[in-house]
Amino acid sequence: MNRTMYDLIGLAAGVCFILALKGLSHPKTARRGNLIGAFGATLATLVVFAYNAPLNNLGWIIGAIAVGSLIGVPAARKVQMTQMPQLVALFNGVGGGAAALVAIVEYLALGDGASTAVVIFTVFTVVVGCVSFSGSIITFLKLQELMTTRPVVFPGGRFVIAATLAAVLGASGWVVVALGTTPLLILAALSLLFGVLFVLPVGGADVPIVISLLNAFTGLTVAASGYVLDSTLLIIAGTLVGASGTILTRLMADAMGRSLFGTLFGAFTAKPQDVAAAGEERPVRSGSPDDVAILLNYARRVVIVPGFGLAVAQAQHTVRELADLMISKGIDVAYGIHPVAGRMPGHMNVLLAEANVPYDQLAEMEEVNPTFGQTDVAIVIGANDVVNPAAQTTPGCPIYGMPILEVSNAANVIFLKRSMRPGFAGIENELLYDPKTMLLFGDAKASLTKVVSALKSL
Amino acid sequence: MDAMAIVSIFVLAVFVGFEVVSKVSSTLHTPLMSGANAIHGVILVGAIIVADHSKTNLELSLSVVAIILATINMIGGFVVTDRMLEMFKGNKKGADK
Repeated sequence: MNRTMYDLIGLAAGVCFILALKGLSHPKTARRGNLIGAFGATLATLVVFAYNAPLNNLGWIIGAIAVGSLIGVPAARKVQMTQMPQLVALFNGVGGGAAALVAIVEYLALGDGASTAVVIFTVFTVVVGCVSFSGSIITFLKLQELMTTRPVVFPGGRFVIAATLAAVLGASGWVVVALGTTPLLILAALSLLFGVLFVLPVGGADVPIVISLLNAFTGLTVAASGYVLDSTLLIIAGTLVGASGTILTRLMADAMGRSLFGTLFGAFTAKPQDVAAAGEERPVRSGSPDDVAILLNYARRVVIVPGFGLAVAQAQHTVRELADLMISKGIDVAYGIHPVAGRMPGHMNVLLAEANVPYDQLAEMEEVNPTFGQTDVAIVIGANDVVNPAAQTTPGCPIYGMPILEVSNAANVIFLKRSMRPGFAGIENELLYDPKTMLLFGDAKASLTKVVSALKSL
Repeated sequence: MDAMAIVSIFVLAVFVGFEVVSKVSSTLHTPLMSGANAIHGVILVGAIIVADHSKTNLELSLSVVAIILATINMIGGFVVTDRMLEMFKGNKKGADK
Protein backbone atom coordinates (compact mmCIF):
# COMPACT_ATOMS: atom_id res chain seq x y z
CA MET A 1 0.00 0.00 0.00
CA ASN A 2 1.47 3.38 -0.89
CA ARG A 3 1.51 6.50 1.22
CA THR A 4 -1.24 8.27 -0.76
CA MET A 5 -3.64 5.39 -0.25
CA TYR A 6 -2.74 5.26 3.44
CA ASP A 7 -3.40 8.98 3.86
CA LEU A 8 -6.68 8.82 1.93
CA ILE A 9 -8.02 6.02 4.10
CA GLY A 10 -6.84 7.92 7.15
CA LEU A 11 -8.79 10.94 5.89
CA ALA A 12 -11.88 8.76 5.42
CA ALA A 13 -11.56 7.64 9.05
CA GLY A 14 -11.31 11.30 10.08
CA VAL A 15 -14.53 12.07 8.19
CA CYS A 16 -16.17 9.13 9.99
CA PHE A 17 -15.26 10.73 13.31
CA ILE A 18 -16.81 14.05 12.28
CA LEU A 19 -19.99 12.25 11.22
CA ALA A 20 -19.93 10.30 14.49
CA LEU A 21 -19.83 13.44 16.64
CA LYS A 22 -22.48 15.05 14.47
CA GLY A 23 -24.72 11.98 14.79
CA LEU A 24 -24.21 11.76 18.55
CA SER A 25 -25.56 15.30 18.92
CA HIS A 26 -29.11 14.28 17.91
CA PRO A 27 -31.26 11.66 19.66
CA LYS A 28 -32.45 10.08 16.43
CA THR A 29 -29.03 9.57 14.88
CA ALA A 30 -26.99 9.02 18.03
CA ARG A 31 -26.70 5.27 17.82
CA ARG A 32 -25.81 5.31 14.15
CA GLY A 33 -23.25 8.04 14.86
CA ASN A 34 -21.54 5.87 17.42
CA LEU A 35 -21.40 2.96 14.96
CA ILE A 36 -19.90 5.22 12.29
CA GLY A 37 -17.24 6.22 14.82
CA ALA A 38 -16.51 2.58 15.59
CA PHE A 39 -16.27 1.86 11.87
CA GLY A 40 -13.80 4.72 11.40
CA ALA A 41 -11.64 3.52 14.27
CA THR A 42 -11.61 -0.04 12.92
CA LEU A 43 -10.71 1.23 9.46
CA ALA A 44 -7.86 3.31 10.88
CA THR A 45 -6.50 0.33 12.80
CA LEU A 46 -6.66 -2.08 9.86
CA VAL A 47 -4.98 0.34 7.48
CA VAL A 48 -1.98 0.68 9.83
CA PHE A 49 -1.52 -3.07 9.65
CA ALA A 50 -1.75 -3.02 5.86
CA TYR A 51 0.52 -0.02 5.31
CA ASN A 52 3.31 -1.14 7.62
CA ALA A 53 3.08 -4.83 6.70
CA PRO A 54 4.93 -6.86 7.65
CA LEU A 55 4.91 -5.34 11.13
CA ASN A 56 7.74 -6.07 13.54
CA ASN A 57 6.59 -7.63 16.80
CA LEU A 58 3.31 -8.61 15.15
CA GLY A 59 2.61 -11.36 17.67
CA TRP A 60 2.98 -8.95 20.57
CA ILE A 61 0.73 -6.40 18.89
CA ILE A 62 -2.08 -8.86 18.18
CA GLY A 63 -1.74 -10.35 21.65
CA ALA A 64 -1.96 -6.93 23.29
CA ILE A 65 -5.07 -6.03 21.27
CA ALA A 66 -6.64 -9.33 22.31
CA VAL A 67 -5.88 -8.66 25.99
CA GLY A 68 -7.27 -5.13 25.72
CA SER A 69 -10.46 -6.41 24.11
CA LEU A 70 -10.85 -9.12 26.74
CA ILE A 71 -10.69 -6.46 29.44
CA GLY A 72 -12.62 -3.67 27.74
CA VAL A 73 -15.59 -5.47 26.20
CA PRO A 74 -16.80 -7.39 29.29
CA ALA A 75 -16.30 -4.28 31.44
CA ALA A 76 -18.42 -2.26 29.02
CA ARG A 77 -21.12 -4.91 28.69
CA LYS A 78 -21.51 -5.86 32.32
CA VAL A 79 -21.32 -2.46 33.99
CA GLN A 80 -24.47 -1.39 35.79
CA MET A 81 -25.89 1.71 34.17
CA THR A 82 -25.63 3.44 37.54
CA GLN A 83 -21.87 2.93 37.51
CA MET A 84 -21.36 3.95 33.93
CA PRO A 85 -19.93 7.44 34.60
CA GLN A 86 -16.95 6.04 36.45
CA LEU A 87 -16.35 3.50 33.69
CA VAL A 88 -16.22 6.34 31.15
CA ALA A 89 -13.76 8.12 33.45
CA LEU A 90 -11.62 4.99 33.61
CA PHE A 91 -11.66 4.50 29.82
CA ASN A 92 -10.64 8.11 29.39
CA GLY A 93 -7.80 7.70 31.87
CA VAL A 94 -6.33 4.65 30.16
CA GLY A 95 -6.53 6.51 26.83
CA GLY A 96 -4.50 9.35 28.32
CA GLY A 97 -2.04 6.84 29.74
CA ALA A 98 -1.70 5.16 26.34
CA ALA A 99 -0.95 8.51 24.65
CA ALA A 100 1.73 9.32 27.24
CA LEU A 101 3.33 5.88 26.79
CA VAL A 102 3.32 6.25 23.00
CA ALA A 103 5.14 9.57 23.32
CA ILE A 104 7.67 8.11 25.76
CA VAL A 105 8.45 5.13 23.50
CA GLU A 106 8.84 7.31 20.44
CA TYR A 107 11.15 9.58 22.41
CA LEU A 108 13.28 6.63 23.50
CA ALA A 109 13.42 5.34 19.92
CA LEU A 110 14.37 8.69 18.40
CA GLY A 111 17.17 9.29 20.90
CA ASP A 112 19.26 12.29 19.90
CA GLY A 113 17.67 12.40 16.46
CA ALA A 114 14.54 14.22 17.70
CA SER A 115 14.01 17.77 16.50
CA THR A 116 13.18 20.42 19.07
CA ALA A 117 9.59 20.64 17.81
CA VAL A 118 9.14 16.90 18.24
CA VAL A 119 10.57 17.08 21.76
CA ILE A 120 8.19 19.91 22.68
CA PHE A 121 5.17 17.95 21.44
CA THR A 122 6.45 14.85 23.25
CA VAL A 123 6.69 16.82 26.47
CA PHE A 124 3.15 18.13 25.98
CA THR A 125 1.79 14.62 25.38
CA VAL A 126 3.56 13.17 28.40
CA VAL A 127 2.44 15.97 30.73
CA VAL A 128 -1.21 16.15 29.67
CA GLY A 129 -1.54 12.38 29.15
CA CYS A 130 -0.23 11.69 32.66
CA VAL A 131 -2.48 14.37 34.21
CA SER A 132 -5.46 12.88 32.39
CA PHE A 133 -4.52 9.38 33.56
CA SER A 134 -4.04 10.07 37.26
CA GLY A 135 -6.84 12.66 37.37
CA SER A 136 -9.29 10.18 35.85
CA ILE A 137 -8.30 7.53 38.39
CA ILE A 138 -9.17 9.97 41.19
CA THR A 139 -12.54 10.81 39.58
CA PHE A 140 -13.17 7.07 39.33
CA LEU A 141 -12.39 6.61 43.03
CA LYS A 142 -14.69 9.50 43.92
CA LEU A 143 -17.63 8.27 41.83
CA GLN A 144 -17.20 4.70 43.02
CA GLU A 145 -17.20 6.18 46.54
CA LEU A 146 -13.93 4.40 47.29
CA MET A 147 -12.83 7.75 48.68
CA THR A 148 -14.65 10.77 50.03
CA THR A 149 -16.78 12.67 47.53
CA ARG A 150 -16.23 15.94 49.35
CA PRO A 151 -13.53 18.30 48.20
CA VAL A 152 -10.23 17.23 49.68
CA VAL A 153 -8.50 20.37 50.83
CA PHE A 154 -5.53 20.43 53.14
CA PRO A 155 -3.78 23.40 54.73
CA GLY A 156 -1.35 24.99 52.33
CA GLY A 157 -2.84 22.86 49.57
CA ARG A 158 -2.83 25.65 47.05
CA PHE A 159 0.90 26.21 47.57
CA VAL A 160 1.61 22.52 47.12
CA ILE A 161 -0.38 22.53 43.88
CA ALA A 162 1.30 25.69 42.62
CA ALA A 163 4.72 24.29 43.51
CA THR A 164 3.96 21.02 41.70
CA LEU A 165 2.81 22.92 38.63
CA ALA A 166 6.01 24.99 38.71
CA ALA A 167 8.03 21.78 39.02
CA VAL A 168 6.19 20.29 36.02
CA LEU A 169 6.96 23.37 33.94
CA GLY A 170 10.58 23.38 35.12
CA ALA A 171 11.03 19.70 34.29
CA SER A 172 9.45 20.31 30.86
CA GLY A 173 12.10 22.94 30.14
CA TRP A 174 14.78 20.60 31.45
CA VAL A 175 13.69 17.83 29.05
CA VAL A 176 13.69 20.20 26.06
CA VAL A 177 17.17 21.54 26.88
CA ALA A 178 18.96 18.50 28.26
CA LEU A 179 17.11 15.62 26.57
CA GLY A 180 17.74 12.18 28.10
CA THR A 181 15.50 9.56 29.64
CA THR A 182 15.81 10.47 33.32
CA PRO A 183 14.39 14.00 32.97
CA LEU A 184 11.47 12.60 30.97
CA LEU A 185 10.62 10.01 33.61
CA ILE A 186 10.84 12.63 36.37
CA LEU A 187 8.52 14.81 34.29
CA ALA A 188 6.05 11.93 33.95
CA ALA A 189 6.10 11.31 37.71
CA LEU A 190 5.54 15.00 38.51
CA SER A 191 2.68 15.14 35.99
CA LEU A 192 1.00 12.13 37.57
CA LEU A 193 1.26 13.84 40.95
CA PHE A 194 -0.17 17.05 39.54
CA GLY A 195 -3.16 15.17 38.09
CA VAL A 196 -3.98 13.80 41.55
CA LEU A 197 -3.63 17.18 43.25
CA PHE A 198 -5.66 18.86 40.50
CA VAL A 199 -8.72 16.63 40.99
CA LEU A 200 -8.65 16.07 44.77
CA PRO A 201 -10.17 19.46 45.69
CA VAL A 202 -13.07 19.04 43.25
CA GLY A 203 -16.37 18.37 44.98
CA GLY A 204 -18.51 15.35 44.11
CA ALA A 205 -21.11 17.30 42.17
CA ASP A 206 -18.49 18.84 39.90
CA VAL A 207 -16.78 15.57 39.04
CA PRO A 208 -18.62 15.10 35.69
CA ILE A 209 -17.31 18.46 34.50
CA VAL A 210 -13.78 17.38 35.32
CA ILE A 211 -14.24 14.06 33.51
CA SER A 212 -15.39 15.94 30.43
CA LEU A 213 -12.43 18.29 30.66
CA LEU A 214 -9.94 15.43 31.06
CA ASN A 215 -11.60 13.83 28.05
CA ALA A 216 -10.81 16.96 26.03
CA PHE A 217 -7.25 16.88 27.41
CA THR A 218 -6.76 13.31 26.22
CA GLY A 219 -7.99 14.41 22.78
CA LEU A 220 -5.30 17.08 22.65
CA THR A 221 -2.57 14.62 23.66
CA VAL A 222 -3.66 12.34 20.84
CA ALA A 223 -3.38 15.29 18.44
CA ALA A 224 0.11 16.11 19.73
CA SER A 225 1.25 12.51 19.40
CA GLY A 226 -0.08 12.64 15.84
CA TYR A 227 2.48 15.36 15.17
CA VAL A 228 5.26 13.29 16.70
CA LEU A 229 4.30 10.21 14.68
CA ASP A 230 3.54 12.12 11.48
CA SER A 231 -0.06 10.86 11.39
CA THR A 232 -2.68 13.25 10.01
CA LEU A 233 -5.44 10.97 11.27
CA LEU A 234 -4.32 11.24 14.89
CA ILE A 235 -4.09 15.02 14.55
CA ILE A 236 -7.63 15.25 13.17
CA ALA A 237 -9.20 12.78 15.61
CA GLY A 238 -7.43 14.22 18.64
CA THR A 239 -8.23 17.82 17.74
CA LEU A 240 -11.91 16.99 17.12
CA VAL A 241 -12.24 15.40 20.53
CA GLY A 242 -10.26 18.19 22.17
CA ALA A 243 -12.48 20.88 20.64
CA SER A 244 -15.84 19.15 21.05
CA GLY A 245 -14.85 18.07 24.56
CA THR A 246 -14.11 21.67 25.50
CA ILE A 247 -17.51 22.83 24.25
CA LEU A 248 -19.22 19.94 25.98
CA THR A 249 -17.47 20.81 29.23
CA ARG A 250 -18.80 24.36 28.97
CA LEU A 251 -22.32 23.16 28.14
CA MET A 252 -22.26 20.86 31.17
CA ALA A 253 -20.99 23.60 33.44
CA ASP A 254 -23.79 25.87 32.17
CA ALA A 255 -26.42 23.18 32.75
CA MET A 256 -25.22 22.88 36.32
CA GLY A 257 -24.96 26.63 36.79
CA ARG A 258 -21.29 26.32 37.64
CA SER A 259 -18.53 28.54 36.46
CA LEU A 260 -15.88 26.49 34.77
CA PHE A 261 -13.23 28.67 36.31
CA GLY A 262 -14.62 28.18 39.80
CA THR A 263 -14.73 24.43 39.35
CA LEU A 264 -11.19 24.14 38.08
CA PHE A 265 -9.49 26.60 40.30
CA GLY A 266 -11.54 25.74 43.34
CA ALA A 267 -8.27 24.28 44.56
CA PHE A 268 -6.77 27.72 44.77
CA THR A 269 -9.70 29.41 46.44
CA ALA A 270 -11.27 26.70 48.58
CA LYS A 271 -10.67 26.90 52.29
CA PRO A 272 -10.75 23.86 54.51
CA GLN A 273 -14.44 23.46 55.29
CA ASP A 274 -15.73 23.72 58.81
CA VAL A 275 -17.01 20.37 59.86
CA ALA A 276 -20.76 20.92 59.74
CA ALA A 277 -22.32 21.43 63.13
CA ALA A 278 -23.68 17.92 63.07
CA GLY A 279 -25.60 16.11 65.74
CA GLU A 280 -28.18 18.83 66.11
CA GLU A 281 -31.41 16.88 66.21
CA ARG A 282 -34.34 18.67 64.64
CA PRO A 283 -37.82 17.28 64.27
CA VAL A 284 -38.88 15.94 60.90
CA ARG A 285 -42.27 14.61 59.89
CA SER A 286 -42.00 11.03 58.79
CA GLY A 287 -44.92 9.10 57.36
CA SER A 288 -45.94 5.58 56.48
CA PRO A 289 -46.51 4.18 52.98
CA ASP A 290 -50.27 4.42 53.69
CA ASP A 291 -50.01 8.15 54.45
CA VAL A 292 -48.20 8.63 51.16
CA ALA A 293 -50.77 6.60 49.25
CA ILE A 294 -53.65 8.66 50.69
CA LEU A 295 -51.91 11.89 49.78
CA LEU A 296 -51.37 10.65 46.23
CA ASN A 297 -54.91 9.32 45.86
CA TYR A 298 -56.45 12.76 46.36
CA ALA A 299 -53.90 14.63 44.24
CA ARG A 300 -54.69 15.99 40.81
CA ARG A 301 -51.12 16.58 39.71
CA VAL A 302 -48.00 14.74 40.88
CA VAL A 303 -44.43 15.39 39.84
CA ILE A 304 -41.87 12.64 40.42
CA VAL A 305 -38.31 13.84 40.93
CA PRO A 306 -35.96 10.91 40.49
CA GLY A 307 -32.40 11.04 41.75
CA PHE A 308 -29.40 8.81 41.95
CA GLY A 309 -30.82 6.99 45.00
CA LEU A 310 -33.61 5.69 42.78
CA ALA A 311 -31.10 4.13 40.44
CA VAL A 312 -29.00 2.67 43.25
CA ALA A 313 -32.10 0.92 44.63
CA GLN A 314 -32.91 -0.30 41.08
CA ALA A 315 -36.38 1.16 41.60
CA GLN A 316 -36.90 2.51 38.06
CA HIS A 317 -39.41 -0.21 37.23
CA THR A 318 -41.33 0.20 40.49
CA VAL A 319 -41.58 3.95 40.03
CA ARG A 320 -42.99 3.39 36.56
CA GLU A 321 -45.55 1.02 38.05
CA LEU A 322 -46.56 3.72 40.54
CA ALA A 323 -46.81 6.32 37.77
CA ASP A 324 -48.95 4.00 35.62
CA LEU A 325 -51.24 3.32 38.57
CA MET A 326 -51.70 7.04 39.26
CA ILE A 327 -52.38 7.74 35.59
CA SER A 328 -55.05 5.00 35.62
CA LYS A 329 -56.67 6.89 38.51
CA GLY A 330 -56.78 10.02 36.37
CA ILE A 331 -53.90 11.79 38.10
CA ASP A 332 -51.67 13.99 35.98
CA VAL A 333 -48.14 12.60 36.33
CA ALA A 334 -44.84 13.97 35.10
CA TYR A 335 -41.20 13.22 35.85
CA GLY A 336 -39.16 16.32 36.63
CA ILE A 337 -35.68 15.62 35.33
CA HIS A 338 -32.87 17.82 36.54
CA PRO A 339 -30.15 18.15 33.87
CA VAL A 340 -27.62 16.59 36.19
CA ALA A 341 -29.87 14.12 37.99
CA GLY A 342 -27.79 11.02 38.50
CA ARG A 343 -24.09 11.44 38.30
CA MET A 344 -23.74 13.05 34.88
CA PRO A 345 -25.84 15.27 32.62
CA GLY A 346 -28.38 13.06 30.89
CA HIS A 347 -27.61 10.08 33.12
CA MET A 348 -31.18 9.92 34.53
CA ASN A 349 -32.68 9.87 31.05
CA VAL A 350 -30.57 6.82 30.27
CA LEU A 351 -31.66 5.11 33.48
CA LEU A 352 -35.38 5.81 32.98
CA ALA A 353 -35.20 4.83 29.32
CA GLU A 354 -33.82 1.51 30.57
CA ALA A 355 -37.10 1.08 32.53
CA ASN A 356 -39.20 1.95 29.44
CA VAL A 357 -40.62 5.14 30.91
CA PRO A 358 -42.34 6.92 28.00
CA TYR A 359 -40.24 9.82 26.81
CA ASP A 360 -43.16 12.28 26.75
CA GLN A 361 -43.62 11.96 30.53
CA LEU A 362 -40.07 13.20 31.10
CA ALA A 363 -40.13 16.95 31.62
CA GLU A 364 -36.96 19.00 31.62
CA MET A 365 -36.33 21.43 34.43
CA GLU A 366 -37.37 24.56 32.52
CA GLU A 367 -40.72 22.98 31.59
CA VAL A 368 -41.57 21.62 34.99
CA ASN A 369 -40.44 24.44 37.30
CA PRO A 370 -43.30 26.87 36.46
CA THR A 371 -45.84 24.08 37.12
CA PHE A 372 -44.90 23.30 40.73
CA GLY A 373 -47.35 26.00 41.90
CA GLN A 374 -50.22 23.87 40.54
CA THR A 375 -48.71 20.60 41.74
CA ASP A 376 -50.33 18.87 44.70
CA VAL A 377 -47.55 16.45 45.49
CA ALA A 378 -43.89 16.36 44.51
CA ILE A 379 -42.27 12.98 45.23
CA VAL A 380 -38.51 13.23 45.54
CA ILE A 381 -36.99 9.78 45.24
CA GLY A 382 -33.38 9.45 46.23
CA ALA A 383 -32.55 12.99 45.18
CA ASN A 384 -31.34 15.77 47.39
CA ASP A 385 -28.92 18.32 45.99
CA VAL A 386 -31.03 19.01 42.88
CA VAL A 387 -33.99 20.16 45.01
CA ASN A 388 -32.00 21.86 47.76
CA PRO A 389 -33.19 25.47 48.17
CA ALA A 390 -29.76 26.31 49.59
CA ALA A 391 -28.65 26.61 45.96
CA GLN A 392 -30.83 29.73 45.76
CA THR A 393 -30.72 31.04 49.31
CA THR A 394 -27.29 30.36 50.79
CA PRO A 395 -24.45 32.17 49.06
CA GLY A 396 -21.18 30.42 49.67
CA CYS A 397 -22.52 26.90 49.91
CA PRO A 398 -20.90 24.56 47.37
CA ILE A 399 -23.95 24.29 45.13
CA TYR A 400 -24.95 27.98 45.30
CA GLY A 401 -26.11 29.15 41.87
CA MET A 402 -26.95 25.70 40.56
CA PRO A 403 -30.44 25.72 39.03
CA ILE A 404 -32.75 23.48 41.05
CA LEU A 405 -36.15 21.89 40.71
CA GLU A 406 -38.36 24.18 42.78
CA VAL A 407 -40.32 21.42 44.52
CA SER A 408 -40.80 23.68 47.55
CA ASN A 409 -43.52 25.45 45.52
CA ALA A 410 -45.65 22.30 45.46
CA ALA A 411 -48.41 21.94 48.04
CA ASN A 412 -46.85 18.80 49.53
CA VAL A 413 -43.40 17.32 49.25
CA ILE A 414 -42.61 13.68 49.92
CA PHE A 415 -38.99 12.57 50.28
CA LEU A 416 -38.11 8.92 49.94
CA LYS A 417 -34.76 8.58 51.61
CA ARG A 418 -32.62 5.91 53.14
CA SER A 419 -31.50 8.14 55.98
CA MET A 420 -30.97 11.77 56.92
CA ARG A 421 -27.54 11.61 55.31
CA PRO A 422 -27.00 14.63 53.04
CA GLY A 423 -26.60 14.27 49.26
CA PHE A 424 -23.53 13.80 47.09
CA ALA A 425 -22.43 17.40 47.57
CA GLY A 426 -22.58 16.91 51.34
CA ILE A 427 -24.92 19.80 52.17
CA GLU A 428 -27.83 19.89 54.60
CA ASN A 429 -31.24 20.34 52.97
CA GLU A 430 -33.57 22.73 54.83
CA LEU A 431 -36.56 21.47 52.86
CA LEU A 432 -36.46 18.24 54.88
CA TYR A 433 -37.54 20.20 57.97
CA ASP A 434 -40.33 22.11 56.22
CA PRO A 435 -43.78 21.45 57.74
CA LYS A 436 -45.25 20.46 54.37
CA THR A 437 -42.59 17.82 53.85
CA MET A 438 -43.20 14.20 54.69
CA LEU A 439 -40.35 11.71 54.84
CA LEU A 440 -40.64 8.05 54.04
CA PHE A 441 -37.50 6.30 55.22
CA GLY A 442 -36.18 3.08 53.76
CA ASP A 443 -34.90 1.57 50.57
CA ALA A 444 -36.54 3.36 47.63
CA LYS A 445 -37.66 0.16 45.96
CA ALA A 446 -39.15 -1.40 49.10
CA SER A 447 -40.92 1.86 50.00
CA LEU A 448 -42.34 2.32 46.51
CA THR A 449 -43.60 -1.26 46.43
CA LYS A 450 -45.48 -0.64 49.69
CA VAL A 451 -46.91 2.64 48.37
CA VAL A 452 -48.08 0.90 45.20
CA SER A 453 -49.92 -1.83 47.11
CA ALA A 454 -51.42 0.71 49.54
CA LEU A 455 -52.60 2.85 46.65
CA LYS A 456 -54.10 -0.16 44.87
CA SER A 457 -56.24 -0.99 47.90
CA LEU A 458 -57.66 2.53 48.18
CA MET B 1 4.71 17.22 6.86
CA ASP B 2 5.17 20.94 6.58
CA ALA B 3 4.28 23.02 9.58
CA MET B 4 1.76 25.24 7.83
CA ALA B 5 -0.28 22.24 6.66
CA ILE B 6 -0.37 20.90 10.21
CA VAL B 7 -1.45 24.23 11.66
CA SER B 8 -4.21 24.46 9.01
CA ILE B 9 -5.48 20.97 9.78
CA PHE B 10 -5.41 21.71 13.48
CA VAL B 11 -7.30 25.02 13.24
CA LEU B 12 -9.93 23.66 10.87
CA ALA B 13 -10.45 20.59 13.05
CA VAL B 14 -10.94 22.83 16.09
CA PHE B 15 -13.72 24.70 14.32
CA VAL B 16 -15.38 21.52 13.08
CA GLY B 17 -15.22 20.11 16.62
CA PHE B 18 -16.84 23.27 18.01
CA GLU B 19 -19.55 23.32 15.34
CA VAL B 20 -20.74 19.73 15.46
CA VAL B 21 -21.57 19.69 19.15
CA SER B 22 -22.62 23.26 19.80
CA LYS B 23 -26.37 22.56 20.01
CA VAL B 24 -26.66 19.28 21.85
CA SER B 25 -29.38 18.82 24.49
CA SER B 26 -28.37 17.86 28.00
CA THR B 27 -30.05 14.48 27.51
CA LEU B 28 -27.23 13.48 25.20
CA HIS B 29 -24.29 14.92 27.13
CA THR B 30 -23.34 11.60 28.67
CA PRO B 31 -23.44 9.48 25.48
CA LEU B 32 -21.69 12.22 23.54
CA MET B 33 -18.89 12.42 26.06
CA SER B 34 -18.60 8.66 26.04
CA GLY B 35 -18.54 8.53 22.22
CA ALA B 36 -15.91 11.25 21.97
CA ASN B 37 -13.96 9.35 24.60
CA ALA B 38 -14.03 6.23 22.42
CA ILE B 39 -12.83 8.22 19.41
CA HIS B 40 -9.60 9.25 21.10
CA GLY B 41 -9.00 5.54 21.62
CA VAL B 42 -7.70 5.73 18.05
CA ILE B 43 -4.37 6.42 19.78
CA LEU B 44 -4.25 2.64 19.29
CA VAL B 45 -2.94 3.45 15.81
CA GLY B 46 -0.06 5.37 17.38
CA ALA B 47 0.61 2.56 19.84
CA ILE B 48 0.82 0.03 16.99
CA ILE B 49 3.23 2.29 15.08
CA VAL B 50 5.60 2.62 18.04
CA ALA B 51 5.40 -1.11 18.73
CA ASP B 52 6.50 -1.64 15.14
CA HIS B 53 9.48 0.73 15.69
CA SER B 54 10.47 -0.80 19.03
CA LYS B 55 14.01 -2.11 19.16
CA THR B 56 14.68 -2.64 22.84
CA ASN B 57 12.76 -4.74 25.33
CA LEU B 58 11.88 -1.63 27.31
CA GLU B 59 10.36 0.06 24.28
CA LEU B 60 8.44 -3.06 23.32
CA SER B 61 7.04 -3.62 26.81
CA LEU B 62 5.91 0.00 27.09
CA SER B 63 4.24 -0.14 23.69
CA VAL B 64 2.49 -3.41 24.51
CA VAL B 65 1.04 -1.73 27.62
CA ALA B 66 0.06 1.25 25.45
CA ILE B 67 -1.74 -1.03 22.98
CA ILE B 68 -3.64 -2.76 25.79
CA LEU B 69 -4.73 0.55 27.32
CA ALA B 70 -5.68 2.07 23.96
CA THR B 71 -7.71 -1.00 23.00
CA ILE B 72 -9.62 -0.85 26.29
CA ASN B 73 -10.33 2.84 25.64
CA MET B 74 -11.46 2.36 22.05
CA ILE B 75 -13.42 -0.90 22.05
CA GLY B 76 -14.79 -0.52 25.57
CA GLY B 77 -15.77 3.07 24.80
CA PHE B 78 -17.76 2.24 21.68
CA VAL B 79 -19.47 -0.74 23.33
CA VAL B 80 -20.58 1.20 26.42
CA THR B 81 -21.82 4.10 24.31
CA ASP B 82 -23.86 1.71 22.20
CA ARG B 83 -25.35 0.20 25.33
CA MET B 84 -26.42 3.62 26.58
CA LEU B 85 -27.96 4.61 23.27
CA GLU B 86 -29.71 1.27 22.85
CA MET B 87 -31.93 2.30 25.76
CA PHE B 88 -33.20 5.32 23.91
CA LYS B 89 -34.62 3.18 21.13
CA GLY B 90 -38.37 2.68 20.98
CA ASN B 91 -38.84 6.23 22.19
CA LYS B 92 -37.80 7.70 18.89
CA LYS B 93 -41.06 9.53 18.30
CA GLY B 94 -40.72 11.53 21.49
CA ALA B 95 -36.99 11.75 21.33
CA ASP B 96 -36.68 14.14 18.43
CA LYS B 97 -38.81 16.89 19.87
